[in-house]
Parts: sequence; C-alpha cells; structure tokens
Amino acid sequence: MLLISCPYCGVERPEIEFRHAGEAHIARPAEPSKLTDEEWAEYLYMRTNPKGLMAERWRHTHGCGRFFNAIRDTVSDKFVTVYKMGEAKPDLDQLLVEAAQ
Amino acid sequence: MPGVPKRRLDLWLRPGKKGRQRQMSRFNFWELAKNALSAHENWGRQWRAPEPKGEYDVVIIGAGGHGLATAYYLAKEHGVTNVAVLEKGWLGGGNTGRNTTIVRSNYLWEESEGLYDHAMDLWQNLSQELNYNVMYSARGVMMLAHTIHDVQVFKRHVYANRLAGVQNEWLTAEEAKEYCPPLNISKNMRYPVLGAALQRKAGVARHDAVAWGYARGADKYGVDIIQNCAVTGIRRGADGAVEGVETSRGFIRAKKIGVVAAGHTTTVMDMAGVRMPLESYPLQALVSEPVKPCFPCVVMSNTIHAYMSQSDKGELVIGAGTDQYISYSQTGGLQIPAHTIEAICELFPMFRRMRMLRNWGGTVDVTPDRSPIIGKTPVPGLFVNCGWGTGGFKATPGSGHVFAHTLAKGEPHPINAPFTLDRYRTGRLIDEAAAAAVAH
Repeated sequence: MLLISCPYCGVERPEIEFRHAGEAHIARPAEPSKLTDEEWAEYLYMRTNPKGLMAERWRHTHGCGRFFNAIRDTVSDKFVTVYKMGEAKPDLDQLLVEAAQ
Repeated sequence: MPGVPKRRLDLWLRPGKKGRQRQMSRFNFWELAKNALSAHENWGRQWRAPEPKGEYDVVIIGAGGHGLATAYYLAKEHGVTNVAVLEKGWLGGGNTGRNTTIVRSNYLWEESEGLYDHAMDLWQNLSQELNYNVMYSARGVMMLAHTIHDVQVFKRHVYANRLAGVQNEWLTAEEAKEYCPPLNISKNMRYPVLGAALQRKAGVARHDAVAWGYARGADKYGVDIIQNCAVTGIRRGADGAVEGVETSRGFIRAKKIGVVAAGHTTTVMDMAGVRMPLESYPLQALVSEPVKPCFPCVVMSNTIHAYMSQSDKGELVIGAGTDQYISYSQTGGLQIPAHTIEAICELFPMFRRMRMLRNWGGTVDVTPDRSPIIGKTPVPGLFVNCGWGTGGFKATPGSGHVFAHTLAKGEPHPINAPFTLDRYRTGRLIDEAAAAAVAH
C-alpha cells in the first residue's frame, strides 16, 4: 500500500484514505463548441500513460476531501513530490536530475 | 539447476543440430513411447532461437499469446511466413503468464459477442490445431448476482447473448449451489447470492501452453521468435510510413509492424508518435497451496470482487482487482488481494483455513470503453492490437486470428472492424464497462 502525503493536511497517510483521480493538468477546453472531433477525443480519451515520472491527481477522500496533484514514478511507485491545486506543474526533467544527485 | 539432466540443459542452452532437427516432430503416442525409451531426455527444442534478419515482411512487437497467435495465423492462413516476433523479455512472460486463465464469451454488445465467441469457437479445437495440449477445460463460468441490479444486468446479458446465439443461461441460487456445491447461498451473508449467469462451455485453459503452442506452431512455419530483443524506436520515412524498428539487437526493416505490447503499448506507440487512449494499471492474482480436486467450475463475482477456479495442479487460482493508480511495477497493494480473499471466505467458507502461496501482478492496458483496439493507426504500416485490459487471455486465438487478417490484407476482418482506434473520435464506443469482469 502506498503512503501518500496530503499537501493540505501536511501528513502522510495510507493509500486507502485517498482516491486516484487520473492524469493531472488536463485543462477543460475554454470554448467547447469550437472543438473538432479530434480535439474532443484528445481531451476526453487520449492519455500520456507514462512509464516514469507522472503528474497525477489524488483526492484525500477520507481526510480533508480535497484534490491535489502529485508527481510519482510509475515504475517504482515512489512519490517524488505533492503540490496543491493551482500550483504549476514541476519541471519533470529537473526532478529527474535532482533525483539522480 | 538441480533436477535437470545435464544433457537436456545443454540442448536448451546451445541449440545444436539435434535440437534443430527435432523441433519439427509432432507430439503423438509414437513419439511419446520413443522418448520414454530414453527417459524423456531427448525431446528437442520446440522453437529456434534465431538471430534477427535485416528485413521481414511483418514485425510483431510482443511475444505474448496474442502476438504469437497473430504470427501463427499470419503464416498458416495468409502464407506470410517472413515474420519476426520481437520480445523484450521472454516469451509469454508478461500478462500471458500472469492471468487467471479464464475463457468465456458472454459479453453484452454484438461487437464483443462476435469477437469473443470467435475466440470461443477456436478454443474448442485449439489443442488439435496446434498439436499441443492447451488443457482447455469447459467446466463452466458462473457469474454471481448479489443485488437486484446484478440480477437485472445478468438477465439482460443472458437475453442479449441468446439472441446472438451465444451460450449463457440464468440459474437460481439453488441451481447455482447445485452446479458449484462449495458455494454459500445462506441468506445471512452480507451480499447473499440471488442467482447466477452460467456459460457452460466457458472454462479455463493453461496459459503457458497457449503461448508455447502458438510459438511452436509459428516457428514450424518459419516465423522467427526473437527473445531478449527490446524495441527502442520505430523508424518512419518521409511519407510517414513505417520503415522498421530499432532494437537492442540492431535495426530491423519492415513495411508492416504490429504492436501487441499489452501494458507497454503506450510506450511503444510513443516511438511512432501516436497518442493512445490507454492507461496501464496493476492487476493482481494469487494462488493457494495445492489441494485435492474440490472446486468444479469457475466462479466470478463482480460485486464483491472475487473470481476463482482450481487449477489441474490443485491450486486455487484467484483473481483480484486492479489497483487504482497507473503503474508499470507489476505489483500492487496488499489490500487489493486481501479484499478479494475476504469475499472468497464469505462465498466459500470451506476455504477459510486455506493458505496462499504466491501473489503477483501484471500491467494491463485499459481503454475508456473497456473494449480492445485492433486495427490500423494513423501511421501507414503500423497496426495495433491492445486495450484488452483485465480480460485478454480468453480472446487470444480470436484476437490473433483477426489481427493476422488485418496485417495481411491491410484492412480489418469484419469481426474486428468495429474495434478501431478511430472510434474514440467518432464516438462509436463499445461500452463493455458494465459488462466485463471484476476490475471494470
């Protein structure tokens, strides 16, 4: 079971308190009526599904109930960092360099 | 390697002339008797370990059941024998060797019924076809209903299946108990059994034997199965069409490439610049210690997340659910199998003191509508067979058969024509989300 830090509660809790909520930073289209079918498919269905560092959303369902973002390695399942909603996505390449040091 | 006679080990490690000659032999009573005289030490290699050639007509990425079946039918039905199957690890070492071996075809939508029942037809005679015992056992798959909603959904399945000529029938709780005596149909359970949908010709097959049988069959037709050969890139020409694959063992030229890489499909398709509607999740399974035959069929319960059968060796083979997060770790949280075990203990009280032996995970590629993608991609010459999610094993023969057709003709077989990548653009989804197995 994963141990996950909630950036709002500031504590590490077991995974069963949380709900995974998919890939992060997929912005809802500003003008939905202007989208082509390809763009809709891209927004609704196409996913990065990376093998390596991934930006994803979690919800602390059985805690504060808030959504937050995390960077996790999908091979080792280790969390690299967590950050609040609205904060910019960290530079994944930079994180890789830091992790190597 | 204790217990393996030295002579046999040599044959495996160094494919000599002897091994090459013997791989053509058919398995029959005469061969068995002949080999018994030499204490079964002289069975040869069943497929070659060739060096990759510079060019093939078709390169298939992934030597799991689906990839090997594709190669087999390409050679046998379409005469395309200049084929390589590239495998990063070892043959059948991914989800083919990790699934819970269940075979069934009682899906809801017509498109899926066509696809899975096509596979079911091929399962019936597969051992004879391959001259390899895949141990297909039509012991029946029973899907339990625990709520009014389950009852309505499963009855709808039964009616839809029977209209389409797919075997499926409704059982009351008592009839379910008669079919599977260990089942607890007490009214005191948290989720009592209200009935079940039963497909009698569904059952199990030996997963490794399926991969090995197809590998042997494909090799016999001259297909090169190249293990420990990771694809590192897909080279495309100025017109966008594929030219070949970069691998850890050099560049291999090919005008047609079939990607059958299960959980790693996104990783491979990224090399060609094609975005996929896939997410890769861990799916776990576990087996118990082996016991005497005591469990007659396959029982699945979507509602309380359990499915189980007994292998011919005697182990209870138990499928757990997917973990909630994307991962390529081939492992998952212990709470997932623990949850399944709780359900099993409730449904089958006689297994409460059973000890579990092994627990493992695979990486499954899940599509938004829980149906596979089999067909062309926007890149000319690049074909994909993926998205089987938590239930690809059952479709192995049918999947390989229609994908071979697609690769050979450049156009899909009528059975896989609806399973395009383009359906996510057109909106013609095949929504099996409610219909498929436990993790969906």
